[in-house]
Amino acid sequence: MTLMTRKGIADLRSREEIRAERRKGRTGVYLIAPGMLVLALFFALPVLVLLAMSLYVKPEGAEIGEFVPGFEIGNYATVLAAYWPELLRSFGFALIATVLALLIGFPMAYLVAVRLREKSLLQGILLVLLIAPFFSSFILRTQAWKQILADEGFIAQTLKFLAILPADGHLTATPIAVVAGLTYNFLPFMVLPIYANLGRLDTRLLEASGDLYASPMTSFFKVTLPMSAPGVFAGTLLTFIPAAGDYVNAALLGNNRNTTMIGQVIDSRFFKVIDYPGASALSFVLMVSILILVTIYIRRFGTEELM
Amino acid sequence: MKQKIGRWFIPAVGGLAFIYLLVPIAYIFVFSFNDAGRTNLEWRGFTLSNWQNPCGAPAVCESLVHSLQVGTVATIVATALGTLIAIGLVRYKFRFRKLTDVLIILPLATPEVVLGASLLAQFLNLGWELGYTTIVIAHIVFCMSFVIVTVRARVSSLDPRLEEAAADLYASPRTAFWKVTFPLLLPGIVAAALLSFAMSFDDFIITNFNSGTFQTFPKFIYVAATRGIPAQANVIGSAMFILALLVVVIGQVISYRKKKQLENS
Repeated sequence: MTLMTRKGIADLRSREEIRAERRKGRTGVYLIAPGMLVLALFFALPVLVLLAMSLYVKPEGAEIGEFVPGFEIGNYATVLAAYWPELLRSFGFALIATVLALLIGFPMAYLVAVRLREKSLLQGILLVLLIAPFFSSFILRTQAWKQILADEGFIAQTLKFLAILPADGHLTATPIAVVAGLTYNFLPFMVLPIYANLGRLDTRLLEASGDLYASPMTSFFKVTLPMSAPGVFAGTLLTFIPAAGDYVNAALLGNNRNTTMIGQVIDSRFFKVIDYPGASALSFVLMVSILILVTIYIRRFGTEELM
Repeated sequence: MKQKIGRWFIPAVGGLAFIYLLVPIAYIFVFSFNDAGRTNLEWRGFTLSNWQNPCGAPAVCESLVHSLQVGTVATIVATALGTLIAIGLVRYKFRFRKLTDVLIILPLATPEVVLGASLLAQFLNLGWELGYTTIVIAHIVFCMSFVIVTVRARVSSLDPRLEEAAADLYASPRTAFWKVTFPLLLPGIVAAALLSFAMSFDDFIITNFNSGTFQTFPKFIYVAATRGIPAQANVIGSAMFILALLVVVIGQVISYRKKKQLENS
């Protein structure tokens, strides 16, 4: 009898719990529905439209900008044959910029997060300076670099005086300027995640490895770097992905045929040439290649802590 | 010996990197005082006239107002929708979990030029006229993923027992949310909103694809760059920078004080 009642109560309870759970579930759907709808309508659907548009065909005797739905896979062959150098260059520039940003950014993050741990005022100031670039227009900053590196500017003149740069040489309109610009613009995206990870680094671990006769170099590679791996991982992704698609640096600091990046091509095929299928095909190729590269990278080096 | 190298290597490289980071910002600030005339390329002497008359150059302030409008609307909508998603995803169970995760993360792994191009393809297909509305939609989309990721981290770090405790003390779910959960989430929400606004305000590539003839501040500078940017743009850039810096410093001071209060009590 008592057993029955208890079972009855348990049943009752679980039913109530189930109802509560279900209600909870429905609340959850209400919470995420509006935002998810926006993402579906204005992210997922547009990507599918982009894919469809990349297969559009130009009918006989059509006006500029007139295309009809079709299934012209040849569009991809055409744009890839014409623009594979720009595509490769974009990935090359982005890769070099990512490595440079890591080499420059790691000491920065280490300086602020570990070395200045005891000096909270200086640490606070440098942290604010680290996010300072986010508060000023990146196009203005890129334009500032253009003027700083200009032929008549102080730096170019000095380098020419020291004969490091030939008298008719330039700093702007070179691949170096574009890569430097990319490195510059995405440096904070590299530093901040590494900073966040190094902030949790227990320096006693370094002392311990030193006590065990590890050289500072060994301690760095065996302790510091592995401990900051999730930050390095996030930072490299946050730098590489936008850098590969960027065209502001290439347009402002490069603007010649040796520096053209794929973003510039997509932009001009959309707006100057009015070749919607070609531009869509290139965009789609860029998106898929980045997804493939990122997936390989995540498989190879990925951590659970990424999200 | 090696240890000595390590001791100065980090501050030296880090210090140089900070200079690298800040040189263009200083340059923008200094050249906002340039007696430039139409093109602000060479130093022609100190003047305050640009600061006294920041709207002096044509279209500078108009584009600034446009950017502020777009940034405000996009931030409010993206923060609201993103926060709801973040709470929903952490606190509730769903069937299509994988799908929603992909929808949230994919925009972050997509370069801006592709986001811009795909939205443009959609708007062209729908026959929508490009302008204010299309920019706002585009900005909401790319800001929302950042809001979700930022706020979700905050929601996951919340202890659900706090809400249970509130319920035990006879708080209705609504009261528990507004009195307990929301105040704890607020710093994360504010951070996400600030991030959204900064990204929207500074965005060029996505805007360029979806704006038509609608001028925003970054677009204005990009177009002006070929002819020479008026010094007033430097004034506005510097003023925004100082303003944002003040906001951050005030925020830091407030959180520092709170920490002190907690330590003392």
